[in-house]
Amino acid sequence: MNFDPRFSGRKFASVGTRPIRPDGIDKVTGRARYGADFNMAGQLVGRILRSPHAHAVIKSIDTSKAEKLAGVKAVITAKDLPDLTDGDAAMYDILDNSMARKKALYDGHAVAAVAAIDARTARQALKLIEVDYEVLPHITDVDEAAHHHAPLINDQVYTEGLEEKPAKPSNITKRTQFGHGDVHKGFAEADFVVERSFKTEQTHQGYIEPHACVASVNADGTADLWVCTQGHFVYRQHCAQLLGLEASKLRVTSSEIGGGFGGKTHVWAEPVALALSRKAGRPVKLVMTRDEVFRASGPTSATSIDVKIGARKDGTITAAEATLRYSCGPYAGSWAEIGAMTAFACYKLENVKTVGYEVLVNRPKTAAYRAPSAPMAAFAVESVVDELAKELGMDAVDFRIKNAAQEGTRSSYGPVYGPIGIGPTLEAVKNHPHMKAPLKANQGRGMACGFWFNFGGQTCTDLNIGMDGSVSLAVGTVDVGGSRASLSLVAAEELGIDYSQVKAIVADTSSLGYNDMTDGSRGTFSSSMATISAARNAIKILRERAAQTWDIPVEDVVWEKGHAIAKGEKYGNLSPLSLKEIAASSGKTGGPIAGHSELVADGAGVSFATHICDVEVDPETGSTRVIRYTVVQDAGKAVHPTYVEGQYQGGAAQGIGWALNEEYIYGKDGRLQNAGFLDYRIPVCSDLPMIDTQILEIPNPNHPYGVRGVGETSIVPPLAAIANAVSNAVGVRMTHIPMSPPRILAALDAEREG
Amino acid sequence: MRYIRPLSIEDAVGELAKAVGPAAILAGGSDLLVRMKGGFIEPELIVDIKRIGGLSDVTETADGFRIGAAVPCAVLGENKALRKAWPGVVEAANLIGSKQVQGRCTITGNLCNASPAADSVPALVAAGAKAVIAGPSGKRTIAVETVPTGPGRTSLAKGEIIEAILLDKRPDHAGDAYLRFIPRTEMDIAVVSAGVNLTLDDHGAIKTARVALGAAAPTVLLVEEAGQVLVGSKLDEATLERLAKICSGACRPIDDKRGTIEFRRKVAGVLAQRAAAIAYKRVGGK
Repeated sequence: MNFDPRFSGRKFASVGTRPIRPDGIDKVTGRARYGADFNMAGQLVGRILRSPHAHAVIKSIDTSKAEKLAGVKAVITAKDLPDLTDGDAAMYDILDNSMARKKALYDGHAVAAVAAIDARTARQALKLIEVDYEVLPHITDVDEAAHHHAPLINDQVYTEGLEEKPAKPSNITKRTQFGHGDVHKGFAEADFVVERSFKTEQTHQGYIEPHACVASVNADGTADLWVCTQGHFVYRQHCAQLLGLEASKLRVTSSEIGGGFGGKTHVWAEPVALALSRKAGRPVKLVMTRDEVFRASGPTSATSIDVKIGARKDGTITAAEATLRYSCGPYAGSWAEIGAMTAFACYKLENVKTVGYEVLVNRPKTAAYRAPSAPMAAFAVESVVDELAKELGMDAVDFRIKNAAQEGTRSSYGPVYGPIGIGPTLEAVKNHPHMKAPLKANQGRGMACGFWFNFGGQTCTDLNIGMDGSVSLAVGTVDVGGSRASLSLVAAEELGIDYSQVKAIVADTSSLGYNDMTDGSRGTFSSSMATISAARNAIKILRERAAQTWDIPVEDVVWEKGHAIAKGEKYGNLSPLSLKEIAASSGKTGGPIAGHSELVADGAGVSFATHICDVEVDPETGSTRVIRYTVVQDAGKAVHPTYVEGQYQGGAAQGIGWALNEEYIYGKDGRLQNAGFLDYRIPVCSDLPMIDTQILEIPNPNHPYGVRGVGETSIVPPLAAIANAVSNAVGVRMTHIPMSPPRILAALDAEREG
Repeated sequence: MRYIRPLSIEDAVGELAKAVGPAAILAGGSDLLVRMKGGFIEPELIVDIKRIGGLSDVTETADGFRIGAAVPCAVLGENKALRKAWPGVVEAANLIGSKQVQGRCTITGNLCNASPAADSVPALVAAGAKAVIAGPSGKRTIAVETVPTGPGRTSLAKGEIIEAILLDKRPDHAGDAYLRFIPRTEMDIAVVSAGVNLTLDDHGAIKTARVALGAAAPTVLLVEEAGQVLVGSKLDEATLERLAKICSGACRPIDDKRGTIEFRRKVAGVLAQRAAAIAYKRVGGK
């Protein structure tokens, strides 16, 4: 049966309710098993030796003393992870990042690893490994790295995307450009033009659970990996390719996940754990410390962004232009490209141009962080939009409403929008009581908009009906935000049964077909589509079994509210058969009943949000407190509203931390100064106000229930909303994120001194 | 590594005095265990002082208060008499770490860790607190500000243990206060801080004043000139301005991951003003 993913308006019984999540009790009682909670008999402790240098040639590594230490079962270097990537540059980078091959490219880069009988022995063994480094000049600042005099991180890199291949290598790996129209013409038509430059510092996702895994490579060439990940199928592909294993012989089981936010979308220490296990012949458990997580997993880019926007007196934007430089760590990425695509996505623009530059620096490899690259671009653009509204003498919300993209608008990155939520979120903000609440001295209010694409992708789901009528749902997308509850609601909805009859699990890689990882806000969007499809396939079988029981044609059996019903007057005396009844007799009617689904979930609807923020700034210390915060976002359809609100609040909370205090601080020696939660300052509970949310539901036409992804967009507006609020509170435009107290106080002092 | 839990201060001193390798004293362990876990120190001897008689008690004496070296900061917060007499010291002690950490950490440990950013130390210095030290050659009592000599360094000799902190009995019209600047609301380390201790005369003018700054120099600073400028005043605007200027000028801060030189200088003055105002209000000054 072909699956029709198109939206059809319907009344919901389960979807839109707020039941307790199936993983909740285990999590609040400490029973849930996270990455470090797996153990195997005979397992060893793995530890990684990391470079103290930001940039250095590894001349030699002597592991002989470590190997001789009693209790050490394996010591590995890059030699134990031979290059099997066969010209796949992206995979080679992942391999090199897992274990440095020729050069250490950042403070924290892995250079060797040991497996030993306990942690103490492993730590001692690391001290016995002698690495001979030739220290090279390093570069950690994105603007300095982009300069043509900067030390080269990789002398084989020639900037891609230029009209001619450059003569000299560079730290800029790629130039990308988006837009349409003629910005020169547009600026010529403008009555007002605002142009500014911005910087944002590098931040980390700050997930509470460090990376952790247990790897067990068996003598027969099979292997198991238990790991905290956002995508166990992707981890299987990566690890199998890097280790030279057959994918189907590596079984990866995902643990509960204590946060990922994009940082657990590709492998870090997992290939090392597998290589250690292969060499030692025993299972190896490898758990990163917090220091290692900061130094050697994947934070987001530091950026430098120039924005110029022009408008006519009537408030129409005539042209918009941005140049975006994003740090990638030492390996090529497409982070500026995504920033360049998202920068002006909220607006209907005749003339728009964005240019992105990917910049190599001696910092850890950049990874995705919740709507990766979009928050920084939104910060720069929405700051200028706010300033331009002031120049025009227009209300900030009205100015945005006038220029907001709508259905049929050609987006700044190319596609033409379907039905979208930017206009409705702005109208909701305009009418929100928050916008009218009074402010006190030293307080300011700001607002800003944000956009995220959302993704779909490959998805495979099994729905099995037990003989007692209960339903088990096996999905392949890791549950990062309550998707087991949401998907159970969707299965209950389709089957017409109660939520409590459905139990969803995340299946391992040997139990289901391939699934893309939980990223791009795709978990609930794509797996709900697959769940609907699987449920409909199961319903088809349920109808057949009922038809068989009644001995009537299956075409005359319909499925309603959890029952097979014989259609038409001639079957008037046949009582409906419940799912439970059909399941109970399934052994006699053809065996177990199940629905399967495999699909590519296309048509993830784009997502927009508008945030409002009030801050209070202490003018004597530069300290900023967020005193009120409101998120308005389009969910398409909120399957489980509580977890949708949780996503809205979580994104805002992370955005507040990023805006105010979080940053990677490097010393002149190229070493990270604050690799811990004491000095990498994510907000604590008492730093945040209650974050209010308002869910709008503009159905996604490409999903049966209208669902859009909701996980990421909420982190896009906060940097800008808070910057606009601070600017309104103190009268100084803040152009450098985070707006830490020393930066605000310095800006205020500069203003006071004129 | 050897862990011992002596029952007398003499035994503790004896063990420390004869220790060959690196030795550490354990009370709450909120600094020691973190540093051990981070691999910064690997002591061969750990002397747990929590079983030594009297070290876990707060005693009110004729001269004031004696706070045993193993008394957790949370216990100070539960002591009404101490809270009434020295609210600034108690509030400083109860800003350290989290609730859980406050259940373990001690002001003596905070002092001996010798961090310039230690929260309880500026308040203790402003209060004129003294440390009672037991050592191989007997006991001595010194002003707390002479204990830290630099970041992580103290004036204690090998084998010496601080067994108690002494706080004076309060005269009438006395009050103190402590403020620190952190970018967050809690669970953080002072970027800069100030402790102020005042007594007033019968007319409401400041009779004596001590001002101490934290995270503004390699050790907590007692800024005597700042205290002098307050004496005789009723905290008028001009005095407060002079106070801020003196405090900012007394700072010898550094640029680091927690703040800049300019920021610390400026905010040291601001916090001194604000702490002075709180202390003054606590005395009943208007």
